[in-house]
Amino acid sequence: MNAPVKNLRFSRRTILKGGAITVGFALTGIPTRAIAQGAAAARRVLDSKEVDAFLAVNGDGTVTLFCGKVDLGQGLRIAIPQIAAEELGIGVDKIKFIEGDTALTPDQGRTSGSNGIQRGGMQIRQAAATARKALIDLAAQRLNVKADDLEAAGGMVRPKFGGASVSFADLIAGRQFDLKLDPKAPLKDPASYTIVGKPLPRPDVPAKCFGTHVYMHDFAVPSMLHARVIRPTAVGAKLTSVDESSIKDIPGAKVVRVKDLLAVVADDEWNAVRASRVLRAQWSEGTGLPAQSGLAESLRNEPGVIDETLVNKGSPAAQRPDGAKALTATYYWPMQSHASIGPSCAVADVRGDSATVWTASQGTHGNQKTFARFLGLPLDKVRLIYLEGSGCYGMNGHEDAAADAAILSRAAGRPVRVQWMREDELGWDPKGPPQLIGISGAVAADGRILDWRTELWIPKTTRGLPNIPLLAPEAAGLDHVPGLNTGLISQNGDPPYSAESIQVIAHWLKDAPLRPAPIRSPGKPANCFAVESFVDELAAAAGIDPLEFRLRGLKDPRAIEVLKRTAALMKWQPQPNQVASANGGVARGRGISFVHYKHSETYVGMGTEVAVDRASGRIAVERVACAHDCGQIINPDGVRAQVEGSILQTISRVLMEEVMFDRARVVSVDWASYPILRFSGVPKIDIELIDRPTQKPLGAGEAACAAVGAALANAIYNATGTRLRTVPFTPERVKLALTGKA
Amino acid sequence: MAKYTLHINGNAQTVEETDAGKPLLYVLRDLGLTAAKFGCGLGQCGACTVMVDGAAMRSCQLNVADAQGKPIVTLEGLGSPDKPHPLQAAFIREQVPQCGYCTSGMIMSAAALLSTNKKPTETDVRSALDGNLCRCGSHVRVVRAVMSASGQGG
Repeated sequence: MNAPVKNLRFSRRTILKGGAITVGFALTGIPTRAIAQGAAAARRVLDSKEVDAFLAVNGDGTVTLFCGKVDLGQGLRIAIPQIAAEELGIGVDKIKFIEGDTALTPDQGRTSGSNGIQRGGMQIRQAAATARKALIDLAAQRLNVKADDLEAAGGMVRPKFGGASVSFADLIAGRQFDLKLDPKAPLKDPASYTIVGKPLPRPDVPAKCFGTHVYMHDFAVPSMLHARVIRPTAVGAKLTSVDESSIKDIPGAKVVRVKDLLAVVADDEWNAVRASRVLRAQWSEGTGLPAQSGLAESLRNEPGVIDETLVNKGSPAAQRPDGAKALTATYYWPMQSHASIGPSCAVADVRGDSATVWTASQGTHGNQKTFARFLGLPLDKVRLIYLEGSGCYGMNGHEDAAADAAILSRAAGRPVRVQWMREDELGWDPKGPPQLIGISGAVAADGRILDWRTELWIPKTTRGLPNIPLLAPEAAGLDHVPGLNTGLISQNGDPPYSAESIQVIAHWLKDAPLRPAPIRSPGKPANCFAVESFVDELAAAAGIDPLEFRLRGLKDPRAIEVLKRTAALMKWQPQPNQVASANGGVARGRGISFVHYKHSETYVGMGTEVAVDRASGRIAVERVACAHDCGQIINPDGVRAQVEGSILQTISRVLMEEVMFDRARVVSVDWASYPILRFSGVPKIDIELIDRPTQKPLGAGEAACAAVGAALANAIYNATGTRLRTVPFTPERVKLALTGKA
Repeated sequence: MAKYTLHINGNAQTVEETDAGKPLLYVLRDLGLTAAKFGCGLGQCGACTVMVDGAAMRSCQLNVADAQGKPIVTLEGLGSPDKPHPLQAAFIREQVPQCGYCTSGMIMSAAALLSTNKKPTETDVRSALDGNLCRCGSHVRVVRAVMSASGQGG
């Protein structure tokens, strides 16, 4: 495990089978790749309707799982094996885990939308249950015992009441199940679980603490060139000329150009970096960006908008009752970067008729189609292999770096490793789109929500886009359909509380100022910030404590429980008038919010305590309390880590983050101009996980993100009487708001 | 090409480089010591932190010529699975890393802190690590692990 990368031994075999090429890699030091032997060496079944696509019983008694979802640091490497081991009846230590390799794992869709467990894990649970049933049936024949009298445990099938047992390996090793996933295969009773629900440690953690975990960034192949891509000086600019002599003094450095895709390559990485800095190139003027100031309001007036009614429940009364109070408010969430700590990286080896791409993308399978398209290769000649990169939280630059590497490898005729620089990542990663949200509504004197109308001004996702929009194919003029990919950003625009009428209208903008992409909890941090802030505004208008106001409007007992538990963690004291301490240099307050993620998934209650320094406008988040119900918990420590991360990352987004740009390009391209949360800004966090073993497991990777914005805004209002409706809550903006100038 | 002799993790290693300004980070990674990570190249994020002369140093900001003759410790040299440094043991126990890209730098900054301040307060820890950025939000666990490694609160 201590083998440095340069000493990794490679064995690359190309086997022609029925006209298809199977490429096998075995890399010493990367356990997940060491699967050349045993069941995995057989031609893989990749059809996700087949049990063999997901698992294989090996001769040594281990089981290999083939998972199309990938571990980005969120813990699937233990959670998915826990699910499979539990359902199969084998120790979790006997499970090997292969992830995100288009030649080995079935397509389970992108690892996004917090669906790794609830979709991907449940497919694997059903595959394991089908396999267990098949193993028991095989053992029944072998042992001449009725299947009903057998059980699977410890990798064996044994009679429930004593007698000879037989191992999984003896029953099937080396052969395939040749079975479809059986949706009726009986699942284990959660009451009998011994593995699911345990806080088992994540297997990648030790290597990450000893420096031996092989990240995408640490991966190398023989004869690889290092590349740096030179992005245009302005968005949409074309390359007009390159002066190759400008890098002649740097040993081994060469220019590689494919139309407007410009790069330098060198055997030595540092020489590639140096060359990228001195290379002289001329670019045309770009296509221009809108002025940043006034962007929010300008979204309202964009031409070519397509309106869509997303929710239309009840109809507003012709006349509101006496004593009703009507409010209108506009909220804005700016463009934000995924802001990965490691700039994106990829390695590609593109030969005449095939391509192998190592990528940290969350969607190896989806990208297989994109890459095949722009490389003009058949799908089965393009293999994408996942290697963990720096955390990406959606679609950062990982895919783009992989496309850079693929196109440059083909042009250079050698394997190419591309790593972006800091300014590339913050400048050119696709951005979380801007979201303008207008809400109007009314509350009756008794606190009932009467009518509610949300309008969202948000960039559309191009429907049916046959590829993922990437920089390099576009620049290189390759087959690539331009479009927008924003993710499911229109959800949770309606309140989860009862109201006489609710309307949500999306005004889909045909374009976005900067290339958009999903960023953790796509759209929901903004929508829930608006909705849960407006709920507080209505509560204040009705003179009702915000917790009480919410509880009155909820019927779902799980929703009520997370809110009550959050309030208990907060030691919530009702305050109908809300404003805690309007005077003094530092104002303190508390706020609460509730989110039922996508109105169908995880329940989150979020409370915060903040201190607002009136003189500087600086907000200190002192404490966060969160109650979280994601149904059946597979690994409580994994869920806890995700909730902690969701809270902290979103505090950062709410308080600090906005992509800054001039009329040509993004200018917030380092950590000084795009600051993120530091240790000094980290609050005390109390999390209460509600486990519901008999319920479906739901996503835990991003639901909590959605609840943070309003919990902060509501606390700031409670502290100061000032309502912040524009993110980020920078000290300058807070100061202006406190003095009534915003 | 010029030769530079570096003292890394207790071993003297001679490297040949064409550029005296090559940052130590790239030299280490070329040697297969890939625990230190490139994050910004600007000394702003801490992902490339190593110990030089016992102090936490951004290896992207120290060039190979200036790194000569000074004891350099990387995460690989701090401890191993057989003989983990207390910080490594604590980071594993507390299940600190998510993506873990920042972890090497976090542990090295914390190791430098503990080498001069054996019983830091939480405030000391936060202050010493304030220049180490984490995007996954592992901060709470980092602080807990450092306190635990120093025999406090664990």
